[in-house]
Amino acid sequence: MVAYILKRILYMLITFFVIVSLSFFAMKLLPGSPYRNAAKLGPELVAQLNHQYGFDKPIPVQYINYLNKVLHGDLGVSFQYEGRTVNSILASKVPVSADLGIEATIIGVLIGIILGAIAALRRGTWLDYGVMVIAVLGISVPSFILAQLMQYYFGVQLRWLPVAKWDGIESHIMPVIALAVGSVAVIARYMRNEMIGVLGSDYIDMARAKGLSRPAVVIKHAMRNSLVPIATIVIPSLMTVITGSLVIENIFAIPGIGDQFVSSIVTNDYPVIMGTTILFSIFFLVGIFLTDLAYGVIDPRIRVAGGDS
Amino acid sequence: MLENILEIKDLRVSFETYAGEVQAVRGVNLELKKGEALAIVGESGSGKSVTSKSIMRLIPSPPGKFKSGEILFEGNDLLKLSEKSMQKMRGSEISMIFQDPMTSLNPTMTVGKQIMEGLKKHQNMNKHDAAQRAVELLELVGIPNPEDRIKQYPHQFSGGMRQRVVIAIALACNPKVLIADEPTTALDVTIQAQILDLMKDLQKKTNTSIILITHDLGVVANMAQRVAVMYGGKIVETGNVDEIFYSPKHPYTWGLLSSMPKLDSKSDELMAIPGTPPDLSNPPKGCPFAARCPHAMKVCTEHMPEYTELSETQKTACWLLDERAPKVEPPETIGVGGAQK
Amino acid sequence: MSGQNELITKDMFAPAEIDASQSEEIRRETVSYWKDAFRRLRKNKGAIAGAIIIFIIIIMAIIGPYFNKYGVDDQDIMRTNAPPKIGFLSNVHWLPFDGYEKGRDVYAEKKITDNFWFGTDKLGRDQWTRIWLGTRVSLFIGVIATLADLIIGVAYGGISGYFGGKVDTILQRIYEILVGIPQLILVILLIMIMNPGITTIILAIGVTGWLGMSRLIRGQVLQLKSLEYVLAAKTLGASDSRIIAKHMVPNTLGLIIVHTMFSVPSAIFFEAFLSFIGLGMSPPKASLGVLIQQGYESIQFHPYLALYPGLIICLLLICFNIFGDGLRDALDPRLRK
Repeated sequence: MVAYILKRILYMLITFFVIVSLSFFAMKLLPGSPYRNAAKLGPELVAQLNHQYGFDKPIPVQYINYLNKVLHGDLGVSFQYEGRTVNSILASKVPVSADLGIEATIIGVLIGIILGAIAALRRGTWLDYGVMVIAVLGISVPSFILAQLMQYYFGVQLRWLPVAKWDGIESHIMPVIALAVGSVAVIARYMRNEMIGVLGSDYIDMARAKGLSRPAVVIKHAMRNSLVPIATIVIPSLMTVITGSLVIENIFAIPGIGDQFVSSIVTNDYPVIMGTTILFSIFFLVGIFLTDLAYGVIDPRIRVAGGDS
Repeated sequence: MLENILEIKDLRVSFETYAGEVQAVRGVNLELKKGEALAIVGESGSGKSVTSKSIMRLIPSPPGKFKSGEILFEGNDLLKLSEKSMQKMRGSEISMIFQDPMTSLNPTMTVGKQIMEGLKKHQNMNKHDAAQRAVELLELVGIPNPEDRIKQYPHQFSGGMRQRVVIAIALACNPKVLIADEPTTALDVTIQAQILDLMKDLQKKTNTSIILITHDLGVVANMAQRVAVMYGGKIVETGNVDEIFYSPKHPYTWGLLSSMPKLDSKSDELMAIPGTPPDLSNPPKGCPFAARCPHAMKVCTEHMPEYTELSETQKTACWLLDERAPKVEPPETIGVGGAQK
Repeated sequence: MSGQNELITKDMFAPAEIDASQSEEIRRETVSYWKDAFRRLRKNKGAIAGAIIIFIIIIMAIIGPYFNKYGVDDQDIMRTNAPPKIGFLSNVHWLPFDGYEKGRDVYAEKKITDNFWFGTDKLGRDQWTRIWLGTRVSLFIGVIATLADLIIGVAYGGISGYFGGKVDTILQRIYEILVGIPQLILVILLIMIMNPGITTIILAIGVTGWLGMSRLIRGQVLQLKSLEYVLAAKTLGASDSRIIAKHMVPNTLGLIIVHTMFSVPSAIFFEAFLSFIGLGMSPPKASLGVLIQQGYESIQFHPYLALYPGLIICLLLICFNIFGDGLRDALDPRLRK
């Protein structure tokens, strides 16, 4: 187990290195000037700025410098917001995105589990079909289309909810739903299949043969055992939430990292793009790592409960 | 004569499948006497497991459905009980041992908890008493260090040990009837004998009535007093062990006995019954065995034979026992019986 | 034996002629893997409906743009922002095809004589033509990107699994590293370096999407190399070509087809996503994603501009997913009954 974890960490670090390098060279290949008003600045000032940022040095030197900085947690200075470091920009955006992401994940996972369990218990009834239809829709319909739809109907037409702001609980409703629907769908489907498998297993028959009531069988035996593997897909579904946040934050004007990322792409703010890329990648890598761990822990089913084998 | 603790009358169970209605059990009559061990023998798909699960009312519905019949436990029809009353029966009056101990224990719950569940439910024991009783039970089924073992999870037990745990769970509330569905099939041969000995021993101690579902005639000879042979959803022959082993009358029973390996057999050949069991989504009109029976007559394919009472205990459903039928001798391969008593 | 006895005559006790082969006979006709899979697929109403809708959308993407005389970039400021109007439905006011917007007959106000079935955009371009051409572009991207990821994936996974040993170790190390890179980020970086356009998008999606496929193929190859039934077939004297045809192809091909069925909608989604965040192809070319993005800009005033492309992309994705699910269930031999 320890060897396995170490191996995973090693891969994680290599991947991280690859991502940092890729984003560095991608930025170097990009066309266009990094400065907001390069034309007005004049060649002298540009040269001075280049010197200040170290852009007059050969690319390999810049690369080493950048790697060194990243390792020390310094993501550079924004081109667009004068005098602001990427770190400070991201630091101001992360709490908002985290807030949105966590709300969406919790709601997505909870509703997904409940829907999946209901579908499995009422297998073959209209409830089951209903949940499955929701699941297919949730998996297929892009979150940004759902977001637009909600924004138009509930925001513009009916005026029930604020169209686009991030202030107060009612402004959270639409973005959280738009982001959570994908997770709800994936988890409901997974939970349903898992639970159908568990419900058909011998130990459920055995539990019933002991004379336990139906709720006791469902809660103590079926739900519990179906939930164990769910742990392995919670993190991947968190990843889809992060991806979705790119557009959802943009649509609902939520001042988070996703919104920042998209606007940095439009304005060629390379250091911020690189910084965001790195931040997203760290999330992603840690997520994969935790999922792998969860698999490792859960696979010989019971190890999770602290058996001593 | 001993009184019947359990009586099955004309039980019919069907399953709705995509391919149509599968009539898994087609009119089974059985009785189980107090303290007796009854074996239900037959090959896969003969309806023996469905019969046993019907007694526990563990047939999933849908797709399963009771078409007719009664299952009388001490005179009360189990099929008429509410789900709630049935829950009170399960585990306390009637309990069940499942085939595969690798899958019949919940992998995420300690063995002790799984034993205690039933005790808490049926005997209103508190946690402490239930734990104590669990230890006793594990000791009873021959598991060493029970105090430590109850805190462990199923995967920490070997197959044979798990089946002992399953038996302990089944016996926890001193049931009057114990249904054992192929209790040794999934185990190693060496372990099989141990488990059978344990069950025999426990039956003697507790005087529980046992229904033993099996396709292994060796197990039958070892445990049961009476045998019911099932084929195609029907019971084709019943009798006590001696009758079934030494004077079977149904050709299917002959086939079963011939296909059993014997140490003292003169020939090396292991007899097989040619053919496959009938398709129960479209059951034959006549005797279900007719298509595979070496002695089949025209009547067999058209009409189901009724039971002929050969003795107080032996009943056989076969047209060969009709006075108009030609006399047929059982094959000699079964002569010296498989019963190694 | 009372009533029954009269029916039963002595001669019925003659030995029956039972054909020994009959009892051994397998009752159901033997069906090949593909036939059986197809039969199961046909029973799945959702999957069939999905396939039919996909088919209709494909046909419309091919012929739809020629239903009227407008080209994809025919601009006309005399007929901007006209809501959808379909001739014979124009009197049915509860349907959104009457040419009215917010209670006003836009066609009368702007003196537009032609009907625009899906309306026109702010440059007066016909949405019907643009939407079906956009669908064509989106489908094209979906299919070609999937093909690219299929080719790379099969080659990578096949080589890795077939050669095994050192080659496999190295390729899998590389895989382990690549799999950690978020696809979205890689796609965005690639598109930023290259000029946004159909080729770039296809390339970016294809180059980043093959990892799953390669893993799948490698797993299959490894499994098939060691599988007992292959060994069994060999023992029974089957030739290599027979093993490949009868055992390897059905198993692997089934998985590849299913995977492909999910790759197409995922590529279509990716394209729309990229267009939406401003990394799509440049005008006047249009994909569904571009149309949605443009429509979204004026969603408050002219919601129909985003509605129809959005509807079509949702239909496509839903149908591909349903059909893919159906196909997976149909091709999964474990479910064979």
